[in-house]
Parts: sequence; structure tokens; C-alpha cells
Amino acid sequence: MSKTYFDETHCAIGHPKSTFMQWMLTIDHKRIGIMYAAVMFVFFFVAVFTAFAMRLELFAPGGQYMDGNTFNQAFTLHGVIMIFLFIIPGIPAIFGNIVMPLMIGAKDVSFPRLNWFTFWLYIAGCCIALASLFIGEGVADTGWTFYAPYSMNTGTNVIMALVAAFVLGFASILTGLNFLVTIHRLRAPGMTFFKMPLFVWGIYATAWIQLLATPVVGITLVLAILEKYFGIGIFDPAKGGDPVLFQHLFWIYSHPAVYLMILPAFGIMSEIIPTFSRKEVFGYRTIALSSASIAGIGYLVWGHHLYTSGMSDIAKTVFSFLTFFVAIPTGVKFYDWVATMYQGKIVLSTPMIWALGTIITFAIGGITGVTITMIGMDVHLQDTYYTVAHFHYAILGGVVFLLFAGMHYWFPLVTGKMYNETKAKIAFYLNFIGFNLLWFPMFIAGYYGMPRRYFDYLPEFEIYHQLSFYGAVIFIAGLIYMFWVLFKGWTKGEATTPNPWNATTLEWHLPSSPPPLENHSKVPYVDFDPYEYKHGEPVVKFNYETMQRID
Amino acid sequence: MGHEYVPEIAIDRDGNQHEVQGWQGDFYGGKLGFWLFMLTEVMMFGAMFLALAYYNSLHPQDFLDASAALNRLLGGTNTVILLVSALTMGLGLLRMRAGDVKGAKLMIWATIILAVAFLVIKGFEWTAEYHHGIFLMHDKLLPESSLPFGQKLFYGLYFSMTGLHGFHIIIGIGLMLWLLKRINAGKVSPEHHILHWNIALYWDIVHLIWVFVFPYYYMIGADGIQMSDFSMIFGGGTNGHH
Ligand code: HEM
Ligand SMILES: [Cu+2]
Repeated sequence: MSKTYFDETHCAIGHPKSTFMQWMLTIDHKRIGIMYAAVMFVFFFVAVFTAFAMRLELFAPGGQYMDGNTFNQAFTLHGVIMIFLFIIPGIPAIFGNIVMPLMIGAKDVSFPRLNWFTFWLYIAGCCIALASLFIGEGVADTGWTFYAPYSMNTGTNVIMALVAAFVLGFASILTGLNFLVTIHRLRAPGMTFFKMPLFVWGIYATAWIQLLATPVVGITLVLAILEKYFGIGIFDPAKGGDPVLFQHLFWIYSHPAVYLMILPAFGIMSEIIPTFSRKEVFGYRTIALSSASIAGIGYLVWGHHLYTSGMSDIAKTVFSFLTFFVAIPTGVKFYDWVATMYQGKIVLSTPMIWALGTIITFAIGGITGVTITMIGMDVHLQDTYYTVAHFHYAILGGVVFLLFAGMHYWFPLVTGKMYNETKAKIAFYLNFIGFNLLWFPMFIAGYYGMPRRYFDYLPEFEIYHQLSFYGAVIFIAGLIYMFWVLFKGWTKGEATTPNPWNATTLEWHLPSSPPPLENHSKVPYVDFDPYEYKHGEPVVKFNYETMQRID
Repeated sequence: MGHEYVPEIAIDRDGNQHEVQGWQGDFYGGKLGFWLFMLTEVMMFGAMFLALAYYNSLHPQDFLDASAALNRLLGGTNTVILLVSALTMGLGLLRMRAGDVKGAKLMIWATIILAVAFLVIKGFEWTAEYHHGIFLMHDKLLPESSLPFGQKLFYGLYFSMTGLHGFHIIIGIGLMLWLLKRINAGKVSPEHHILHWNIALYWDIVHLIWVFVFPYYYMIGADGIQMSDFSMIFGGGTNGHH
């Protein structure tokens, strides 16, 4: 058997003998992607268990296990980890690294050493965030948004959390920069922009947001740090500063950041749907361009987070109006996916059912998002569990579910093994049922006025919190089971061929599975569209020795 | 690695050959990457200018008053220094591309000296302001002082932005020293000067930002400028505080 990227690697410094050091120093994009995945899922579970602790506390009214302050720190820790350590870097860092270069026929990203450096910068950011747990008065209690002036006055360790977020943001910028140059420079000959797989389009749009939006939040965090250290008074009303300015600057980044999470996830969806419908994707160009326009419009709508913070009525109306526009390209994508499935030869493998499940959950997340775009509704629902349910449906039921879908889809590519289909499907149903039971009751509770970020509540909300608790138990069990099935697949699963799904994009046309160190041992000339099927069979076939077409 | 990179060839259906772009030695990619990085710097300072413009619109008179008290002589001198340093940096790159490595090194050294001069002058300026009770966490900028809100905000942003800009100058000096080391080691040469190119671009952005910082902070309050201000140049006055 030929050597794979598990057997040999390039390193940033020298050629260390030990396998461990080879992993620490590797500059191979596939290995770096795997390392990101490993670290991120550890944090994901830390945050899940923090959330579970909150759910336990909320099981009954009154205080049980923690007091209000601890609860404040718990949801901040949960939010900060989930947002900054896990889901913002998530899909780009994992699959952008592992498969994007393979999809465009590149041997690696444009700056492999920078990629290595970025990974360690990310780790440094994580360490700073964790250190804030133990240093000073403990982890911040401000919520992941760090709103001034409270964050300027609380005694908890906000500074470290801010520094961590800044460092992680820097890592995000460098990742986006690396991907932009890679996509511009390293596409295989013949691959025009409109011959790129749709996941690459998702990563491309995302990379622009990373590059243009992250510096704005970066400097906002720096100003907040300077304010806390040197008392410059930009956000603190006691010195004439304006706390709403903080919210503006924060959301100018953080709203686009939600597209930064969802666009690559949509990219995964756009890969899975045509592959398992065995059909050319419907409306390739509209899907590609809708990613770009979501990224563009997403830049102009941050104000919908400030309806209740004091803004002129005209500004509110304009922001509300603009926000509705984001729904259009998003809707276009959904129609294109459904149209792709129409009359397709649908194969219900695990990645496909994850994708189908996500269409349902993300639709709920999206539609409830449109309701709170309306100013009147939002004034009622802002900071209630309705909003909490909305963003968990959108982020967890949209982005994270598609991340899981991608994990199953590219599993054979990364590991060269196959997981157990039946067990993986059971894991999906556990997750899906648990998830809905966990979050759906919260729409109702929120509608009736259950506020978010409270550790105590009126007895009438008990039933919703209890349903939610049972949902959380099922969901977390499903998560653990899913990872266990994948782990077993990796260690004990059957070996697969390079293209088990009959997929068409370049990352499946590799000489071996798992891929060799430098990917396509020979780069093909790309004169075909990314998803060409005829009678349910891929059209394009290669001779893997010469990478010339033989169809 | 270390071995020479030989570009690969992809062959299309008609047997035509197409060169594959590798990541190794991609001069154009290196340039593109650094341009994108500079774009993030622009976004970052842009956000601060946004905050500045916002507070300026809230407290126009305070801003003018505070600006009038800054030392335009030192600020102006620094502007000239930085403009000249941008010139030397650019000339250095031209020398390098023309194959004159020695001349290029000389120009980089000149840039470094100018950058240090900039920092020294900035140091004098901040010290003088400190002695006038205008400094972070100090005297007039404390919450309980009676200085108007607008002025406190102005100075807060002034120290933040000139401080951050000065930090960029320090990084620039470091980068230039590193560049000299790479040139001496033969890693940067007329045939392979992407590093030189990018550091020159960095220096351009740093001076460009200053070109916006200077008028916004030092010049807006300058309409009351008087001959006596100029007489300081000759009369040995040290700063413009009235
Ligand atoms: C097992 C899955 C999860 C559970 C049980 C869970 C539970 C919770 C709970 C109970 C809260 C506090 C609500 C409040 O009192 O306002 C919360 C807040 C939050 N969750 Fe989750 N969550 C889960 C997964 C996620 C994921 C995957 C993400 C994002 C990637 C996420 C992002 C957030 C954010 C941003 C907040 C707001 C924190 C804040 O208010 O500062 N959660 N979650
Ligand atoms: Cu938003």
C-alpha cells in the first residue's frame, strides 16, 4: 500500500522522529484540520456539560445547586466556549482545512506554515480563556457579548476573556486570509470560479467575512481592554462614553459572524444533497452567488440586535427592512436544495439524513428569526427564551448539525474507514428527538415571558424547563453515542475505497483512501462541472495514474 | 523540504499542457496575502476613526479645544519624518529590484533611523503632556476631574490611537531588522524579494494611517493658529499648550 498522510508529513521545523512531535509540528492541512477537530470537540463537550449543569439548576424553581452569580458565570463560559472556541472557527478550521484544498486540487493551502502558526495561536487563545477560570475573581459573568458598562465594572476576570477573544479573532483572520489566497491562487488548471464545488464557495464567502469583520470586533475588544486598564472612557458613561457604541461595534462583527458560521455549513449541505440525490445540483450559480450576497447583506443588518437599546425609529425601521432581505438568498438556497432532490435517486445514508433533519431544524430557526426581525415582536420577545430557542435552533440545529453531517460524509475520506451505518442512524434519531424536545418548549415559555439568563423562575414555567431537561438528557446521550460510533468506526471499521458515495467532486478522486501526503499525486485538468450525474452515475472518470479523463 | 520546486503539468483532454500553480514560490500569492492583511489593519483603524467621528459630532467644541492644545510642531515634524521614511523605504525596494543590495540595505537603515527618531519625538510629546496633567489614569483625565466629557474622550482616543500607531512603528523596526538579517543571510535577494516587498507595503500602510491621524488630532483645532506659535520654533518654546 502506498503511504498516506498518516504515515508521513512535512513539519514546520526539521524532521522530528517521534510521531507525537510530527503531529505537533505538522504543516499538512489535513492533519491540522484533524487537530482542530480534536481540540474543538473537547471544548464542545466542556460547554455541553456546563449547559447541562444549567439545565439541572433550572429543573425546578428556586436555587438548587448554584447561586445566581455562579449561574451568570456558567452561561458566560458556555456562550464564550461555544461561540468563540467552537463554532466560529469550527467548520472553516476543520473542513476548510481538510477538504477545501483537496476540492480545488491544491497540494496544500497557500501558506502552510502560517496555517500551523494559526493553529497554535488558536490554542494560545483557548489557554487564555481557560486560565481566566482560575485567575482573579474567576471567569467573566457578563455573557458572551461583554456589554458595557457592566463589563467595565464587574470584578470578574473580563480582561482575560477579552484578550482570549482577541487572540482567537486574530487566528480567525489568518485562517480566512490563507483560504482566500489559496482559493485565488491554487485552483487546479481549468477550474474557474464557477467550476468550484459549492463548499468552496461557502468557505470563500466566509473568508471575506473573517477578514473584513473580525478586525472591527478586535479593535472593539482592544478599546474595552484599554478602558478597563487605563480608564480611557470610550464606553463608560461616567466618563462621557456611550455604551450603545460598544453594542454597535460589537454587532457589526457579531452579526456577520453568524453568517460566518452558517455559510460553510450551507456549503456542506450543498455537497451532500446532490451526492445523495445522484443528480446535478439545481441552480448552481444561484447557490454560489447567494453565499456571496448573504455575506454582503449580512454586513448591513447588525442593528436588529439593538431595537431595545435606544436607537432612532428610522434606524430601527431601516435595519428591520434590511434584515428581511437576508431571508431571500437563504430561501433561494432552500428551494434549490429541494429542487435538487426532486426526482433524484435519493440514497438515505447517514450524511443525507443529517442534512434532511437540518433542513427541518434550520427552517424553524430561520422562520423564528424572521419573526423577531419585526420590531414590535422583538420588543416583546427580546431576552426571553424565545430568542434562546431561536438561536439554538439556528446554530445548533443548523450549523452544528451540518458539521455532524459533514463529519459522517467525509469520515471515509479522512480515515479510510467506514462507521456502522445502522448505529450512526440511531445516533441521529436520538439527537434529533432530544434536540427538539430540548428546545421547542422554550419557544412557548419565552412567548409567555420566561426571561433568559435567570437562574430562578415562576412556577408556571416549570413544565417547560422539565421537558427541556429530559430533552437535554436524550440529546447528550445521542451526542456521546454518535462520537462513540465514529470512534469505533475509526479504530475497528472496514476499510473503504476512495469514493464510497459515488460523489463527483475532486476530493473523492484521490489515488488512495486516506489520501497521500500531497493529495492528488497528479493534478487533473478541470474542464467539467462539479456535479455531473447521468442516470444516477457520475459522468467524469479518471485514470488515477495520469489523472486524465477516461469517460 | 529545501529542494527546488518543479512546477507540475496537468494535461487536458486534447493533450495540451497546463502548468499547475504550487504554493511554493508563489510571489503573487505572497503579495496578495499581505495586501489582504493590510486590509484588516485598515478595517481596524477605520473602526476607531468611526468612534472618533461619532464623538466629534457629539462634542465638536470640546474636540476643537482639546486639539488646539496638542503640540502641532512636534506632530508636524513627525509627519515629515514619516513621509521621508516612506520615501527611503520605497527607494530601498527599488534598489533591491535593480540588483543593488548594498544600496537597499543602506536605505533600510535610513528608514530605521527615521522610525526611531519618530518614536523619540513621540516620547517627548507624551512626556510634555504628562507634565501638563494630561495622561491616562492621571490628573485631568480621571473621572472626577472637571475637564469636559468631550475633551476626556478626545484624549482617551488620542492616546489609544497614537499609542497603537507607535506600537506599529516598533513592530516595523523589528521587521526591518529581521529583513536586514535575511538579506545578509542571502535569503532575500533581487530575485527573491517578496519579504522586502511586503515590509515596504507594511511601512506604507503605517505611514498612511498617520496621514489620517495627524490632521484629525492635531489640525482640527488649528484655525486659531498664531504667529506666536511659530515663534516657538525659534524662541525655544517646547509645546503648544496655552
Ligand atoms: C447540549 C446542547 C446545549 C444546551 C443544553 C444548551 C443550553 C443552554 C442554556 C441553558 C443557556 C442559558 C440560557 C439563559 O439562561 O439565557 C444557553 C445559552 C447559550 N447557548 Fe447553549 N446549549 C447547548 C448548545 C449550544 C451550542 C451548540 C451553542 C453554539 C454553538 C450554544 C450557544 C449558546 C449561547 C451563545 C448562549 C447565550 C449565552 C449568554 O447568554 O451569554 N449553545 N445554552
Ligand atoms: Cu444578527
